[in-house]
Amino acid sequence: MKKIYLDHNATTPLRREVLAAMEEIYQNVTGNPSSVHFFGREARRRLEAGRKQVAETIGARPEEIVFTGGGTEADNLAVQGVAYASRSKGDHIITSAIEHPAVLAACRFLEKEGFSVTYLPVSREGLVSPSQLEEAIRPETILISVMTANNETGVIQPVAEIGEIARSRKVPFHTDAIQGLGKIPLSVEEMGVDLMSLSGHKVYGPQGVGALYIRKGIRVRPLTYGGHHERSKRPGTENLAGIVGFGEASRLARENLESEADRLRMLRDRLCSEISDRIPRVKMNGAPGLRLPNTLNLSFEYVEGEGILLGLEEKGVAAATGSACTSGELAPSHVLSAMEVEAALAQGSVRFSLGRENTLEDILYTVDVLVPVVKRLREMSPFYDPDNDTQGD
Amino acid sequence: MSGETDYSEKVMDHFHNPRNVGKLEDPDGVGTVGNPVCGDVMKLYIKVNDGRIADARFQTFGCGAAIATSSMVTELARGKTLDEAIAISNKEVAAALDGLPPAKMHCSMLGEEALKKAIEDYRKKRGSGEAEG
Repeated sequence: MKKIYLDHNATTPLRREVLAAMEEIYQNVTGNPSSVHFFGREARRRLEAGRKQVAETIGARPEEIVFTGGGTEADNLAVQGVAYASRSKGDHIITSAIEHPAVLAACRFLEKEGFSVTYLPVSREGLVSPSQLEEAIRPETILISVMTANNETGVIQPVAEIGEIARSRKVPFHTDAIQGLGKIPLSVEEMGVDLMSLSGHKVYGPQGVGALYIRKGIRVRPLTYGGHHERSKRPGTENLAGIVGFGEASRLARENLESEADRLRMLRDRLCSEISDRIPRVKMNGAPGLRLPNTLNLSFEYVEGEGILLGLEEKGVAAATGSACTSGELAPSHVLSAMEVEAALAQGSVRFSLGRENTLEDILYTVDVLVPVVKRLREMSPFYDPDNDTQGD
Repeated sequence: MSGETDYSEKVMDHFHNPRNVGKLEDPDGVGTVGNPVCGDVMKLYIKVNDGRIADARFQTFGCGAAIATSSMVTELARGKTLDEAIAISNKEVAAALDGLPPAKMHCSMLGEEALKKAIEDYRKKRGSGEAEG
């Protein structure tokens, strides 16, 4: 059976070029980057080359990049690291209600530790308001953390505006840019950020490697203690092959960023319009013009998302849902809930996230299999009234 | 997303080919349970003949487990006396499906409760009907 992967916001397949770069390390580079002999020096040279590639992708200096064991660790290092390093200055953190659990759970942990956290609401379109954010700043505010783009809806936040506010109020600003990398241009200068989380496996790189950009002068307390690796911010022998793979993946992502974004946007919009034409009572979640080019989040009225996924899966199509049933939680997606999407509609949400290997044929096939899946589930639903289909929203 | 791969073949069969889907015209009893906020709503209709469940149908808004459970509970109920049917437990329903993932056991509760409510509805209606008559 044909298999179509439409879940690139969860993870991406490793690029052939990235695998080749990693294999080369495993085969030929045996040293520890901290050793002074020539084996170590060669490993160090490769490590720094990887660092340079990641730094260039976001317009940073290589010495401002700390490699981590992934995106979650980068978010924790940023949030906990700044909080603890700045505790003498204040105890207030501002974040948003739609952050990734890596940021939200770190903030909730810090609340237990005595910090106070403001979780900014978002509009129905999924946007944080910069003016609301500015009003939330207090003299004791020590960190602002707002994501670059949301993983569920793809909505791109007004990060540059927030960066300007943060700078004028002299509050360090962290952004989780994990979903933005490789999909939209990122620049730490233009965005005005002091810390930025990145992850390898969302850009066709390996899993288990991430990075935190830390602007020179920003103080961060490490999460773990050990040697002097990564300027003591992240002790432990570096994941050299992973870092080299991440570096190569970042470089490749930069290469065709705009043309690939245009291609994905066209496919994504085609997916949306075909679905809207052929399936009544579908609602899009997120600001239409302010989304990542690859992400489409739709709510199918009267049905629950997991049923749709199972139906799609039977036909070889992989997507994701914001329904509670698949997350092991009782409530549906915290992101859609924050956007005041009605609970039943949040339960019926499906996220399609496109990527490099997807073609127009894949998109049209997906729609062809989706139409009967939704129809069948609706016919089973106690809420469904076919007479409503002819009416507009 | 662990749910999908944990489903037994029987659950998948009842999800893809559910038995007894739909509304019953002039049902003798109806039971509705669940809440769309929590992700599942089950509506179960029964037809009673001679003290036995002659027909049972369902409409469900819910995940794969909820749909499979609805299908199975209607299968188990059909042909049973009301006393036998009201005694059907969620564990029986789950076992008949070759088990459910732990996170999905609450779906089998809905099946049990919907059937009980439909039977209670029938008994209430019949009771009041007799009183009137």
